[in-house]
Amino acid sequence: MALVLNEEQQMLKESAQGFLAEFAPIAELRKQRDAGSQTGYADNLWGQMTDMGWAAILVPEAYGGLEFGHVGMGQIVEQTGRTLTASPLFATAILGVTAINAAGSEAQKTELLGAIAGGEITTALAVDESIHHAPTQISMTAVKQGGGYVLNGAKRFVADGSTADKLIVVARTSGEAGDMQGISLFVVDRTAAGVEVERVEMTDTRNYANLKFSNVEVAEAALLGEEGKGFKALSTTLDAGNIYLSAELLGMAQQSFDMTLQYLKERKQFGVLIGSFQALQHRAADWWSQVELCKSVVLKSLQAMDEGDKHAPVLASVAKAKLCDVAELSTNEAIQMHAGIGMTDEYDIGFFIKRSRPAQMMFGDNSYHTDRFALLSGY
Amino acid sequence: MSDLQAFRQETRDWLEQNCPESMRHSTPGGDDMCWGGRNYKFASEDQKLWMDRMAAKGWTAPDWPTEYGGGGLEKAEHKVLKEELAKINARSPLDSFGIWMIGPALLKFGSEALKQQHLPPIVRGEIRWCQGYSEPGAGSDLAGLQSKGVDMGDHFIANGQKVWTSYGDKADWMFCLLRTDSEAKKQMGISLVLFDMETPGVTPKPIKLISGSSPFCETFLDDVRVEKDQVVGDINHGWTIAKYLLTHEREMIGGMGSADVGGETLGQLAAKTLGTEHGRMNNPMLRAEVATWEIDGACFGLTAERVTDEVKSGQGVGATSAMLKYYGTELNKRRFETLLKIHGSDAVVWSGEASKGGWLPRTWLRTKGNSIEGGTSEIQLNVIAKNILGLG
Repeated sequence: MALVLNEEQQMLKESAQGFLAEFAPIAELRKQRDAGSQTGYADNLWGQMTDMGWAAILVPEAYGGLEFGHVGMGQIVEQTGRTLTASPLFATAILGVTAINAAGSEAQKTELLGAIAGGEITTALAVDESIHHAPTQISMTAVKQGGGYVLNGAKRFVADGSTADKLIVVARTSGEAGDMQGISLFVVDRTAAGVEVERVEMTDTRNYANLKFSNVEVAEAALLGEEGKGFKALSTTLDAGNIYLSAELLGMAQQSFDMTLQYLKERKQFGVLIGSFQALQHRAADWWSQVELCKSVVLKSLQAMDEGDKHAPVLASVAKAKLCDVAELSTNEAIQMHAGIGMTDEYDIGFFIKRSRPAQMMFGDNSYHTDRFALLSGY
Repeated sequence: MSDLQAFRQETRDWLEQNCPESMRHSTPGGDDMCWGGRNYKFASEDQKLWMDRMAAKGWTAPDWPTEYGGGGLEKAEHKVLKEELAKINARSPLDSFGIWMIGPALLKFGSEALKQQHLPPIVRGEIRWCQGYSEPGAGSDLAGLQSKGVDMGDHFIANGQKVWTSYGDKADWMFCLLRTDSEAKKQMGISLVLFDMETPGVTPKPIKLISGSSPFCETFLDDVRVEKDQVVGDINHGWTIAKYLLTHEREMIGGMGSADVGGETLGQLAAKTLGTEHGRMNNPMLRAEVATWEIDGACFGLTAERVTDEVKSGQGVGATSAMLKYYGTELNKRRFETLLKIHGSDAVVWSGEASKGGWLPRTWLRTKGNSIEGGTSEIQLNVIAKNILGLG
């Protein structure tokens, strides 16, 4: 497939751009933060997004979705990177839909995907148990008991964990930490007895949570897919998550570059525009080149998911590793080139570095994905 | 069967019958190029046979029009040909600055007479071309060139010195930039002219490089007669064509960035050489360097692809050749630094059978020129900053 957007994808990109600029610009993030918002976004934002069908983009038509594809969804997510817009889009419409679609039974898909597409429920994916991403290091247990399971363990760094209606929880039904076998996925109500939710405020003021599960009893129907065989669906979900995080990081890299370039053309020192200094020109040109590389790998990995390409997992790691690298460069250069005002809270450029780092760390940073890339490549 | 499928089948059959067995794998040491020209010594009879057979079909320049000896292939057919050649691991039948540079420039800017005169011998590998651009005082500042062509009515008399003439001592003809109007503004008084290297007064002298080889020459021009009908485009308007050729050259040099060595990825080679334990290559620092290179290489390859696709679909301007040249050459330099580390002390052996005559260290040193020739990395960054980012 040619590495360009088709007309429909281009239109979706432009409509997302227009919507986000109007209803969820960076000023809105500032407002939410200053008001001590628990979610990081306006109360009616998700309703507006679901009205436009954004929750249904990845849901198959058979389950009431639009089945518009990953390249289209990627355009929206890239734009949310430019405006630093928080919303349930990532945890629900991407992670939730992908996990349920990959692992769920017909009944689960019909019920849950339909409810997501209709904007009735939100989800969160609870994977990691330590401070570094390690999807096979699952110690949380799910023990079969009576007609269902009993869950015990703890999760951290769960995006939307403090607000989602349904938690998709990765637990172990057999084996030990480090095994791919024995991992199972469960759908648990956030408000179920024994679930303790601790909201954690992070640099990007989104709604993360650490979760504790103490003898949480769930019905057998809460098991998503086959017992002990959840790792494949989890992997697919994490690959999708990483590709969309890459798309979001691309938006951030582009926006922080654009804002900085504009500043180089406005700010004067020594009586001239600072953009006339070659020391800054060369750094800007290198930075721009790096962002160009990112555009290509993000588009390619989105296409790979649409095509069911067997290289999608390796592309996910290539994309995330590269985007972590370039987002770090972008957010650091943005502050350095803005200099003094870049350090002030009053100026928007500082928001980018504060969203970028958690997005980089979520589901594996540069070092994790460089290592995974090498393993997948046979070394 | 579609036309394209039929073409693929015909091509496959023809290659099967006409590509000699020895032309279907690389030579140890990797120097598989066939340059052609009056004085070229073919490495084998097969090499000549392969070139001649491909030239007879016009497939040494597959997308050139048939009236000038080319293959006249459509884009899709050209792609099929490349794929079929790759499938049997066929060597390139002919590599030349004629095919890569002056040919495309003549097709775009040359008169009918010049096309008729020069293109068919390029396709047949009979004439080997070299480029007379840089001068001792005009490197990055190419438009500051001083070699002069004085108007003598039906011809110019050229005097001056060119440098970094690739294979100037082996080439048959030169395409050369001369200042033909010294009064005009820098870029305005330059003409692109063609002349035979055997013309009296043309003296190429090889320059020995840090790699030990001499692929470049300095070329002295002393009262060289250049016919006016050998000017490409209009007199004094050669700079536009020169820039077009530089863009072409940048794309060519930049494109080398992510090529695999001998069909093996850098990671596979590194793992084989250093060994692995529990699935991970020994030496974690080097493993990280290799993986990071491969990730960057993959992103670069995809970017080259995206730029081509954007041009084809008429979307945006895409990344320019300056960016591809800058990143591709830096990437290639990094690749060879990593290769040196992978091969350890073997990598710096300069001579002898085991090292294939010091192929690796010599090639590594050669890559240092990638980010200099065709405009340095710093010049590419200037171009990006000024032309794309609008920084003055």
